[in-house]
Amino acid sequence: MMLTALALLPLVGGLVLALAPRGDWGRWFAVAVTGATLALSLAVLARYDVDAGGMQLTEQRTWIEPMGVHYALGVDGLGLTLVLLTTVLTPFVVLAALRDRLPASEGASNGYLAWMLVLEGLAIGVFCATDVFLFYVLFEATLVPIYFLIGSYGTAGRGRAAIGFLVYNLVGGLVMLAAVVGLYVLSADAGEPSYLLTDLQQLDLGVWTERLLFVGFFLAFAIKAPLWPLHTWLPDAAGAATPATSVLMVSVIDKIGTFGMIRFCLGLFPGASEWASPVVMVLAVISIVYGALLAIGADDLRRLVALTSVSHFGFIVLGVFALTTTSMAGSVLYMLNHGLSTAVLFLVTGVMIAQRGSADVAAFGGVQRIAPIMSGMLLIGGLSSLSLPGMAPFVSELLVIVGTFSREPVLGSIAALGIVLAAVYVLRLYRRTMTGPLSPDVGGMRDLGTREVAALSPFVVLIVALGFYPQPLLDVIEPAVDEVSHVVGVGDPEPRTPAPVAQSETHEEGH
Amino acid sequence: MNDVLDTAWVLVALPLAGALLLLTWGKESDRFGHWIGTAASAASFVWGVVLFVALAGRDAGDRSVTTNLFTWFDAGRVRVDMALTYDQLSALFVLLITGVGTLIHVYSIGYMADDPRRRRFFAFLNLFVASMLTLVLAADYLVLFLGWEGVGLASYLLIGFWQHKPSAAAAAQKAFVMNRVGDLGMVIAIALMLAHLGTTDIDRVATGVPALSQGVVTALGLLLLLGACGKSAQVPLQAWLLDAMEGPTPVSALIHAATMVTAGVYLIVRSSAIFDASETARLAVVAVGLVTLLVGAAIGCAKDDIKKALAGSTMSQIGYMTLAAGLGPAGYAFAIFHLVTHGFFKANMFLGAGSVMHGTGDDVDMRHYGALRTAMPITFFTFAAGYLAIIGFPGLSGFWSKDKIIETAFGFNVWVGLGTLLGAGVTAFYMTRLMVMTFLGRKRWRDGVHPHESPAVMTVPLVVLAALSVLGGVMLLGHWITDWLAPVVGEAHHEELPVPAIVLTLLVLVVVVAGVALAWATYGRREVAADAPADREVGWWTRAARHELYGNAVNDALVVRPTGQLVRGVTAFDRQVVAGAVGGLAGLFRDASQGLGRLQTGFVRSYALVLFAGAAALAAALLAVTIA
Repeated sequence: MMLTALALLPLVGGLVLALAPRGDWGRWFAVAVTGATLALSLAVLARYDVDAGGMQLTEQRTWIEPMGVHYALGVDGLGLTLVLLTTVLTPFVVLAALRDRLPASEGASNGYLAWMLVLEGLAIGVFCATDVFLFYVLFEATLVPIYFLIGSYGTAGRGRAAIGFLVYNLVGGLVMLAAVVGLYVLSADAGEPSYLLTDLQQLDLGVWTERLLFVGFFLAFAIKAPLWPLHTWLPDAAGAATPATSVLMVSVIDKIGTFGMIRFCLGLFPGASEWASPVVMVLAVISIVYGALLAIGADDLRRLVALTSVSHFGFIVLGVFALTTTSMAGSVLYMLNHGLSTAVLFLVTGVMIAQRGSADVAAFGGVQRIAPIMSGMLLIGGLSSLSLPGMAPFVSELLVIVGTFSREPVLGSIAALGIVLAAVYVLRLYRRTMTGPLSPDVGGMRDLGTREVAALSPFVVLIVALGFYPQPLLDVIEPAVDEVSHVVGVGDPEPRTPAPVAQSETHEEGH
Repeated sequence: MNDVLDTAWVLVALPLAGALLLLTWGKESDRFGHWIGTAASAASFVWGVVLFVALAGRDAGDRSVTTNLFTWFDAGRVRVDMALTYDQLSALFVLLITGVGTLIHVYSIGYMADDPRRRRFFAFLNLFVASMLTLVLAADYLVLFLGWEGVGLASYLLIGFWQHKPSAAAAAQKAFVMNRVGDLGMVIAIALMLAHLGTTDIDRVATGVPALSQGVVTALGLLLLLGACGKSAQVPLQAWLLDAMEGPTPVSALIHAATMVTAGVYLIVRSSAIFDASETARLAVVAVGLVTLLVGAAIGCAKDDIKKALAGSTMSQIGYMTLAAGLGPAGYAFAIFHLVTHGFFKANMFLGAGSVMHGTGDDVDMRHYGALRTAMPITFFTFAAGYLAIIGFPGLSGFWSKDKIIETAFGFNVWVGLGTLLGAGVTAFYMTRLMVMTFLGRKRWRDGVHPHESPAVMTVPLVVLAALSVLGGVMLLGHWITDWLAPVVGEAHHEELPVPAIVLTLLVLVVVVAGVALAWATYGRREVAADAPADREVGWWTRAARHELYGNAVNDALVVRPTGQLVRGVTAFDRQVVAGAVGGLAGLFRDASQGLGRLQTGFVRSYALVLFAGAAALAAALLAVTIA
């Protein structure tokens, strides 16, 4: 019941916030609820047996019997990592959002915070679902809170952006729906219908049936992730959302796309995944380079950060479809790391935009002089985003690159171009906004306050800690990746001429 | 094994702790922060000496100690240990980095005394020292890369230390991005090692090299060379170094002369197993070194900005080291020897230049100097020691180290040898020019400038470095340095020289004297104009050298402008074609839903409708299937 409780806690909290009388109490209530969710997720982590791996803390109940739908939850290394990403990010995002200037109110209203809590609860549910139908329902349900977070609480152009977001994602969802129905048909044909992942994995699919179903799922996830050329909704949505919404959308909800690729595309359709892998890898590499080039050219802070994510999602998808355990472990780790560094970037640029009243990069200049902490945070977020060693994303990006390289040297090398382009978009952003003579227009800006620093510091600490010691997390991730890799059956190419190992035994003692 | 040599991590930990302390401590530490930074660096130096003595006390065959601190990451097929190797090569670097580093910390106390952000400056210096030590102590290419990027970050922060100057911010960005191009080579090299050898452990890679195909070894060598070119400002990735002089002068001395920029040479020497196995890669290294040593020297001849003249010289001297490293086992030890002596005399001269700037109100134009020897006697004498060392005055450190490289180059190929010989002559020319324009001749001081000697906190480091510049050659006594490094880089087998070594030495001296004489005739005997002649009044050769042989123009034409065009093209393409095509479909839906929305007043209902339609379709489908 622990996972149900974990998902319900913020959902119920959100409901209370939405229905109870308005008032300032709501802000601290939201922080408290998300904080409690974080604590509970740590309890889940403590209960999770890392060495055993596999699905744990499972719950299962029949829900819609004729359709074989179950209310079934469970976490493995993959799900747990993303649940933790969700529960760690949300309280600090909420904390950062407390004074957000909204269209109808100065400071966060209870409705705004309520949608965030609901979103957190749904996200946790999505990452824990082990029944395809349940997953699908929750996956689609996440659209509702984001729709309102953008449409009702966003900035200029929010209505159009919200509709664009919704339509784009619904199209993906409908394609997936067809595949979900298809799965039912096949499952019913084979005997008792069941949407449980474990049952579906036993299905014997024909080659082309499998490929069709794969495409159905993959399209929805590729829109979510977002993968080139299905990425255009993301910068539009982020451009009209509040920073907190952007963080939840890009750092957490978009991960459902890459999560789904591993869990469902690779897990249920391994043959088709291998079949599609060359095409997907090429699209991913295009995403990396294309997103980075767009980010270099972007003039809107919010769009810029969103576009860097297009590039980073390219890395994640590349690692998944390179199908090696090295690159997949890198991708799963990357999902978390990207969440952290993108959170820092969205939140810092959010403060910049709120204070300056403009999101145009050119509207800033020399801000470092009056706001050294803000500029320091932007730089840390940026360096993390460009995968500087010593910061969390480096290890994950490297694993993706070397894992990919071991199978596809050319694609791996082109992907590595991302490290040069990332340096350009990050340092250009920093140079144009923070350095140079102080622009007279930014005179009214002040440095980050205590609340903002308190919201950002945990991310910075985690980024550095995971940069130097990611192993505990990798230990959680690896068994899940090994399992998927076993299902797909491609694995890592052996080193062509392995270096002798005996040498290292003696050299640890000196020689 | 419980051994003092297992504590090499302390070397890194001390300055790292200093950096963290200084970055997180509040304003109250402004008064004494610089002392914390200096103490951290000095403590690391003391520990370096202790370890060095312990290492020297061991048998020659037992002087490499690898300590595994913890597993950095282990996932899939990649396992990287946070492991340090303290051996003959890293021991020398530790002393150079912490020794020169500490002197420069001390010097900076005076040089940065009036800067309100001095504490942060020392934090960055400490960060640099910690990263550089990680780089040279690393037992794994990925740990090395951690240090490699760490020094890159410190370099970025310190070049751009005066961020309010757009030129400084631009220079910092340029340095980082150009270095990243080199890093691309490093990352692909690492991927290649893992794909073929399954490890990035430096020792294990070395033992695995013989099994690799020739193509892979050569690729590894060339990729590592690309990384080295970025970090060490070698052609074609040289253009960032001159701009990097925007940083405070102590930074130029420590990072952009004595230590960081030599990391590329270190990388090549540390990877000797790879380069030994590929003649093509070695040849590429020699070519890069030779071209850079001449390009840098040419630039040094034409710059009036004292720091840029010295930066050109740094490029050129690193070119010598790179070339020597490309000569294989015959040259590795001499590359390192010259690297160390250059660390002494170039740090000395950069700090001297800083002292001159300190005394002249931060003027860097040598045409505004002249006759400073009387106003700044200590700076003059210490600078003179560095000057004599770099041109190779007999007996001084640079004489021994450069002579050895030239000799080895002749043993490799006469034309390469002649190139290094020419370089020695040009070095003598540009350094004499610099010396004369700065300290000799007549005063060309600007109004209101009253040059004065710097405080003791700045001159004492100068004196120490001057002494090292003079005496650094002792490392060659009894072939100490070659014997010391032999277990790491292999034994040199002597090539047959076309002429006896002593004749070669005399030849070098003749060329150096010619260079000095030519410079004296041009700048010493004639009046130096207080304003530089315009570009059209000078010969094409001078013009080209002034513009750094058009390196920036080449980069602009080949990389910067095409990338800019690509960015604009992709942005337009994204807006019109991709968003148009994909968005067209979405737009269709959007229009439809907006139509509904208008009917029902609001988006929410349209969403509910779509969702309902979806659910209905699903239910119908399920029903149909169940009945069937």
